[in-house]
Amino acid sequence: MDFTDIINILAQTVRLSVPLIFACLAGLYSERAGIVDIGLEGKLLASAFAAAAVAAVTGSPWLGLLAGIGGALLFSAVHGLASINFKGNQTISGVALNFLAAGLTAYLGTSWFKRGGFTPQLSSGQRFGPIQLPYAAEMREVPIIGPIYSGLISGHSLLTYLAFLVVPLTAWVLFRTRFGLRLRAVGENPKAIDTAGISVTLLRYQALVITAVLVGIGGAYLSIAAGAGFNPNMAAGRGYIALAALIFAKWKPWPALLVCLMFGFLDSLQLRLQGIKFPFVGEIPVQAIQVLPYILTVILLAGFIGRAVAPKASGLPYTKER
Amino acid sequence: MIKAPLPRWADVVLLPLLNVVLAFLIGGLIVLSVGQNPLRAVQVMLYGAFGYGTGLGYTLYYTTDFIFAGLAVSLAMQAGLFNIGAEGQAYISGLGVIFIALAFNGLHWAFMFPLMIVAAALFGAAWAFIPGYLQAKRGSHIVITTILFNFIAISIMSYLIARVLKPAGLTSDESAPIDAASRVLQLKTFIPFFKTAPVNITFFLAVAALFGFYWLIWRTKFGFAVRALGFNPTAANYAGISNQKMIMIVMALSGALVAMVAVNNVGGVQGRLIMNFVGGAGYVGIAVAFMGKGHPVGVALAALLFGMLYQGGSELAFSMPGITREMIITIQALVILFTGAMGDMLRNPVARLFALASPPVAEKR
Amino acid sequence: MADGLNQTSEQRSQGAAASPLAIELIGINKHFGPVHANRDIHLQVRRGTVHGIVGENGAGKSTLMSILYGFYTADSGEIRVNGSPHKITDSRHALALGIGMVHQHFMLVDNFTVLENVVLGAEDSPLLNRTYAKARDTLKRLADDYELEVDPDAIIENLSVGQQQRVEILKALYRGAEVLILDEPTGVLTPAEADHLFRILRTLREEGKTIILITHKLREIMAITDEVSVMRQGAMVKTLETKSTSPGELAELMVGRRVLLRVEKGPSNPGKVLLEVENLVVTDDFKVPRVKGVSFSVRAGEIVGIAGVAGNGQSELLESVSGMRDQQSGVVRLNGTPLSLEGDDGAARARAAGLAHVPEDRLREGLVTAFSEWENSILGYQDRYGRGLGLDIALAQKTAEDYIKKFDIRPPNKDLKTANFSGGNQQKIVLAREMERDPDVLIVGQPTRGVDIGAIEFIHNQIIKMRDAGKAILLVSVELDEIRSLSDRILVLFDGQIVGEADPATADETELGLLMTGAHSPTATSAGPGTLPAHQTPLERGLEQMSVRDNAGKDAP
Repeated sequence: MDFTDIINILAQTVRLSVPLIFACLAGLYSERAGIVDIGLEGKLLASAFAAAAVAAVTGSPWLGLLAGIGGALLFSAVHGLASINFKGNQTISGVALNFLAAGLTAYLGTSWFKRGGFTPQLSSGQRFGPIQLPYAAEMREVPIIGPIYSGLISGHSLLTYLAFLVVPLTAWVLFRTRFGLRLRAVGENPKAIDTAGISVTLLRYQALVITAVLVGIGGAYLSIAAGAGFNPNMAAGRGYIALAALIFAKWKPWPALLVCLMFGFLDSLQLRLQGIKFPFVGEIPVQAIQVLPYILTVILLAGFIGRAVAPKASGLPYTKER
Repeated sequence: MIKAPLPRWADVVLLPLLNVVLAFLIGGLIVLSVGQNPLRAVQVMLYGAFGYGTGLGYTLYYTTDFIFAGLAVSLAMQAGLFNIGAEGQAYISGLGVIFIALAFNGLHWAFMFPLMIVAAALFGAAWAFIPGYLQAKRGSHIVITTILFNFIAISIMSYLIARVLKPAGLTSDESAPIDAASRVLQLKTFIPFFKTAPVNITFFLAVAALFGFYWLIWRTKFGFAVRALGFNPTAANYAGISNQKMIMIVMALSGALVAMVAVNNVGGVQGRLIMNFVGGAGYVGIAVAFMGKGHPVGVALAALLFGMLYQGGSELAFSMPGITREMIITIQALVILFTGAMGDMLRNPVARLFALASPPVAEKR
Repeated sequence: MADGLNQTSEQRSQGAAASPLAIELIGINKHFGPVHANRDIHLQVRRGTVHGIVGENGAGKSTLMSILYGFYTADSGEIRVNGSPHKITDSRHALALGIGMVHQHFMLVDNFTVLENVVLGAEDSPLLNRTYAKARDTLKRLADDYELEVDPDAIIENLSVGQQQRVEILKALYRGAEVLILDEPTGVLTPAEADHLFRILRTLREEGKTIILITHKLREIMAITDEVSVMRQGAMVKTLETKSTSPGELAELMVGRRVLLRVEKGPSNPGKVLLEVENLVVTDDFKVPRVKGVSFSVRAGEIVGIAGVAGNGQSELLESVSGMRDQQSGVVRLNGTPLSLEGDDGAARARAAGLAHVPEDRLREGLVTAFSEWENSILGYQDRYGRGLGLDIALAQKTAEDYIKKFDIRPPNKDLKTANFSGGNQQKIVLAREMERDPDVLIVGQPTRGVDIGAIEFIHNQIIKMRDAGKAILLVSVELDEIRSLSDRILVLFDGQIVGEADPATADETELGLLMTGAHSPTATSAGPGTLPAHQTPLERGLEQMSVRDNAGKDAP
């Protein structure tokens, strides 16, 4: 394994962690505001489908991106209605919406495109392709810095760069703005917000909108940036892994980034392990490798965290007390 | 929050019914949107589900699966837990059935049947116990862990079926078959009305399970403890009920219940272990549990409804190819959404209707 | 931004110089479903006075003030602030009119700093830097003017309850409140902290502010208010000048009949030691020690009362002795035999040994409100009904009906969901269940919290009856009056340790108060009543000890 290999692995890590970063940060806004959102998985799926479908039909990745966000917004709206207005159980709402997304994307996909749930293959003009930063080609020969610049930093899609921008943006919003202060407050003690005359409902909906936008971009990334179309089960559990990452990161943006990168790294390793023959063991069955991220998530949830303490009002519908 | 008062029957039957109707209405709208006729669809479905012997047999076969899954999720629900892992637990239980069946292959079904039940229950209980343990002792969110265990189960079973259990020379991914004599007795052998339907005596086990569930939850000390835990874990602690022990026991029992799906399918219908034999029943169980509000009568009715949906859906696949299995999944999700998360959405309008009809309630002072 | 916040106090009082009434409520009505919480209320609050509103739980006082504060909207009636009518739509509007509220349960964000809590909702701009700078200045000014010292960068959960309350008051003053409503402010304070609060209130009154004090403590009314209004069952009964009335008259107005304010009890006749606690150490959910080596004993036929302000380890003590919470170290002995209470089913073993427990928080700990009344009557004892797996429901229901008769539980319906019973009756369900098992030891926490005066008498008498029947009773209450009237012996708990013992017949209230603040404890650093230094944390919070709750450190990226 030489330097180029390392660069490649790191670059792949970045690419693989992007949907997780978006989903994780999306969940952060919801959870900080006191809404439990198990439905990230379904939203990833729904937005991936919407983005790919619209991109295929209109030919524009930007419209696809908008559609992806729109799809996520729709699901968030239903979740908001159920959790905030009807004060229903947020966990069930999330689970139901995940099933709904799985069913609807498959159903509509097959009905509209008749390809067994796949959307039409996207050409490069219809996706967010890799962007070469200035002088990337020229820099490649420069020792050390060259490959890092041209292989690792340059060459990612627009959405990837966006993901890394959203992290510091989130940190800034949460801790330096009025909105962030109120958002954090409503997740810890919604009564404090209510008695200050601020609408708890509005704040929570605002959080849900941000969640939808972020996870919508994440889903769109899956189908129109990383891939060239939607395939059934595209999310593959990323929504749940993002939740586990969020808990592990104690609901803070920078640690969340690190955890997502770690998962991306493991994912990248996993792809390379397939087909390799090890001494004694022989070839590791593909299923054993595929299952690693899920097992790791379980270990994370069970092992190193102890009892992470969520924002106090998490999962509890807010009612004015009698 | 003071909920608008409703007579008990409205609370338990009318509201869920209305929620289900709403789910179907929306499903119907989606069907319309892809250019199909929802009313004709309903007609075809009803005929397919009840109109002829084989159809009815299939409906009952599906219902069997859904009763077990529904009861499993309901049991966990009574303790305040969401067991989303029923699908994976049922899948893993297939191992129990096939191991015991192949070990004693040829044994008369009357002896094999109880053996299968025990073996499946053990495997299902174990697979559900682990997330239960993690929740009780480590605080890991059971919803997430059970979902992850579903994924893990798929990987494990995929490997075992394709690489370990598959007999040499076979092209399709499945295990060796169970002897005809050992398979669970199918009803059509003595009720010719069911013709080619796979419904078998596991159906009677399901009905017995309904009664057993009622007895367990409302007539035993264990059930008292489960319900106390589900309503108020702190009070349960006060009452000397061990939250940790109860969580683990309840999850194990839940897994054991849904394991009967494996007995029905691996032991009876398919007679061998094939990929994905659970076919989504674990997830249907969630819908059934919510629709039925965790009560055996509700679960039975809801399971029958979904059984009808599945069999009717197959019938539809012939006559109206535009409506697929995914549509059923969508309706299922809508049912969970409306009965589970938005259960109180229609409460106020319905309560208002009742208030108009009945005299004012005396003040509580 | 609404006008009120930009006007100075002088401008507002000048503009309103015409009206001597800061607040006037005319014909206020409020329903919650079928419940008529406020009936045609008329109230006049004069500017620059401390006006008390007194009444039983459920009389409607908090509802009324919530309407004034904009939390609820009245069904009918008029609100006049400084003589002009206003429709107060939400809290922001109330604040703009100069009305601020200090709630009974603080509306603070625990892991924020004082500064963040004060500015929350009153920020000047979307970015916070300017707001913080201005807030610091204002806080300093307020501290100087009114003796409201708090460190702006302290984190709320590290502050004492008295300091947290000061933050609540600062919040209202920061927003320019001229009228301050305080809802049951002294429930969580020591007598010394309460005195400090009253000094602050007097200073505020001298500055021309108007104070409305909601309380059920008659002695406070007598001590600090100028006028008092009595509410009963949603209606305003009478408004009196405080100096011309008495606690007895007020109590009678509150309840509608003559009320015994002292409990009748004969002398105790203590027998052998039934409950023994030795060197008990108990930690809370975050591994912070709350009970730090407590030892005491309770004899048969004796009531030992543990006095102390909430949060000094009483809850953990009760939970531990009753088996709900594991001990770090120490022994609990019943009748000489050590109890093994480990595991989260310890309470079952405690009960089996003859210990009954009336918990502090009946809704959270003592009842499953979704269960029917008969099911709650066997909660904790369900294993005694039926052999084997089955539950003997008929027997359980009979037991429930027994209790209903003996304890006059209303409505007398064993199948009714417990959530539908009033607080007092719910408490009776718990008491019947625990007392009728003939335990050797009864431990009771806050027996009359949230219970109306009529039921309080009954409950106190039941406790005395148990004592006279030779039971050992451990009583924990934050109501000093209750401790003094019921106990045969008083122990004072401060910061997880017993710091003093007193005989209720001869105990001096000031002395008890000092003990409750730890004035005589070797670990205390406070100089005297009412001068708690800014950084003091009487309760040892585990910042040094790593709490998993990372947020306990400042919540930062």
